Amino acid sequence: MNLLTEFKEAVVIAWAALRANKMRAGLTTLGIVIGIVTVTLMGSAIAGLNATFKRSISGIGADVLYIQRFAWFMSESEWRASRNRRELTRQHARDIERLSDMARAVGVESNGNGTVEFERRRARGVFVAGNNEHCLDVRGLSLTAGRWLSASDVQVGRPVCVIGSYLAEKFFPFGGALGSKVKLNDMPYEVIGILEKQGSFFTGANLDNQIVIPITRFTDNFSRWPDLTISVKVRDPAQMENAKEELTGILRKLRRVAPDQPDDFAINQQDALVSFFNRVGGTIAAVGLFITGLSLFVGGIGIMNIMFVSVAERTKEIGIRKAIGAKRRTILVQFLVEAATITFLAGLLGLAIAWPLTLVVDRYLAADMPWWLVAVALLVSILTGVISGFIPAWRAARLDPVEALRAE
Amino acid sequence: MSLIRIQDLTRRYVMGSETVHALRGVSLSIGKGEYIAIMGPSGSGKSTLMNLLGCLDTPTTGTYELNGTNVADMDDNALAEVRNREIGFVFQSFNLLPRSDALHNVELPLIYAGVPVDERREKARQALTNVGLADRTHHKPNELSGGQRQRVAVARALVNNPSIVLADEPTGNLDSRTGEEILALFETLSRRGNTIIVVTHEEDVAQHARRIIRIRDGLIAADEVNPNPRAAMKLESAQA
Ligand SMILES: Nc1ncnc2c1ncn2[C@@H]1O[C@H](COP(=O)(O)OP(=O)(O)O)[C@@H](O)[C@H]1O
Ligand SMILES: [Mg+2]
Repeated sequence: MNLLTEFKEAVVIAWAALRANKMRAGLTTLGIVIGIVTVTLMGSAIAGLNATFKRSISGIGADVLYIQRFAWFMSESEWRASRNRRELTRQHARDIERLSDMARAVGVESNGNGTVEFERRRARGVFVAGNNEHCLDVRGLSLTAGRWLSASDVQVGRPVCVIGSYLAEKFFPFGGALGSKVKLNDMPYEVIGILEKQGSFFTGANLDNQIVIPITRFTDNFSRWPDLTISVKVRDPAQMENAKEELTGILRKLRRVAPDQPDDFAINQQDALVSFFNRVGGTIAAVGLFITGLSLFVGGIGIMNIMFVSVAERTKEIGIRKAIGAKRRTILVQFLVEAATITFLAGLLGLAIAWPLTLVVDRYLAADMPWWLVAVALLVSILTGVISGFIPAWRAARLDPVEALRAE
Repeated sequence: MSLIRIQDLTRRYVMGSETVHALRGVSLSIGKGEYIAIMGPSGSGKSTLMNLLGCLDTPTTGTYELNGTNVADMDDNALAEVRNREIGFVFQSFNLLPRSDALHNVELPLIYAGVPVDERREKARQALTNVGLADRTHHKPNELSGGQRQRVAVARALVNNPSIVLADEPTGNLDSRTGEEILALFETLSRRGNTIIVVTHEEDVAQHARRIIRIRDGLIAADEVNPNPRAAMKLESAQA
């Protein structure tokens, strides 16, 4: 017997049965609809976060180790224990450069915020980066014009700067940036380079609204005791753990940490951000899946219930079909298709509700509804129908034709 | 070779501590093209016999050969296939699908036989034409009279070219005039070579058949040729 013909017939029957009982089917699908809305919203939130996060994290090199006073993610007690750690200095950076075999480049960085002016134009809240000559490489930046800070710029603390593309467009819409002097917090800096456009970080910061000055200038003019970060680009990205060990050894020696004492510095890397992010994503997923599972379960029970009613009401019809030649499989498929049709429609309804909600969420948080999520949602709703319709359908399929025909 | 050969067929129903012997040992042979009435009072076992002949049910003991194959111990699926290919049912209460129109009701056996849609439509339409309902294809059962419904049922029974048409009290829910209509239809079918078995408790109806089998208390009481079958009144609506 032709399964496709049978299936088509089953869809026709299911559709007719649903139209005859719109209200009943509509009410029982509520659980499924809620389930699908939750799973879709959760999915779009995670997908959206993922996309932005992936975009931003590329700015934090995977092959860079960040030596800092504090770890990126610390508990309250860890923070209290490490509050009095000593500063990291440029001398440490120079020593690492000298002693480390695994480092390719050693950057020194510190960041702040400031106001930049040029003639009558002004930009507030500009990201100010104090960098050394190696930071171009370490930070994975590119220039569209001019040059990066030289070793002697950093050494003598020359008042020069490299500006982000946003600032370049704002101050010099007609070009002529190189050689001009901009003011950062009222101190003049000569523009020597322009950065390539980068976009924004997942925190929302505009990375193109940035000005880079020599770290020595930064410490002199900008912040007297800045918290320095020594960023080490590792020669072989496969050797991150070994490099971490080497750097730990070097720093403990430089900072004379006694063998029985814990490190008085932290070596951070992109991994920490990724794992933190994964924890957040995992929590969203767990909560969402729980709600989804619960509503689908409740919805599934409802579907099972109306399918039992549907089978009972149509016992006679089952008898007629069997008398005419429907096999067990035929009847089973018929009722499974009916259950799956109900839940599929519920899934579509859920998506129709979730779609505008995603757009609303997207205004505040990143959210995205990729096609695979739509497919997953519909698949889940069909599966719920098939699973919860199975027992009623099985019961229908096994009905004795003579008994069934006698039903009224 | 006979179309149907049954030997010592019994069917018992066990209900709690009670056992009902609906059939106590029936042997029969029915040839191709016969027009038979199974007669008997209510409760004598007619429907039980018909369910067995129609492969809706399996006997407690005994053998049943249909077209040379033993169907007494076939499983559910095999029986469904036999019903689909070999048997056309006509029931007392019509048993049409209420939500489907006449055409779809008649198409149903062909759907289960896997006949492609165009061929199926054509055959169903032809079957409806043969019972005089060419202009009622898209009527739902509740838009048809009792006689018309039963004719749809007859069309459905015939559409797959079955070996046997089995009718259980086919005129039971019809007034005598429309009952005659259906019986006239059976006569036409019989003349064309269809094998027809009509189950009835009405002597009038039985008299149309060419052979009358009388059962009483689950046993065959008489099996005789009807020397002069009564002709049904010809009504133009039943002409094909
Ligand atoms: N499913 C059943 N369960 C129990 N007893 C049954 C069942 N079907 C029929 N019977 C009994 O079997 C006997 C014959 O029934 P049936 O074949 O329906 O008779 P008829 O069609 O001649 O009126 C009756 O006594 C009836 O009560
Ligand atoms: Mg009966």
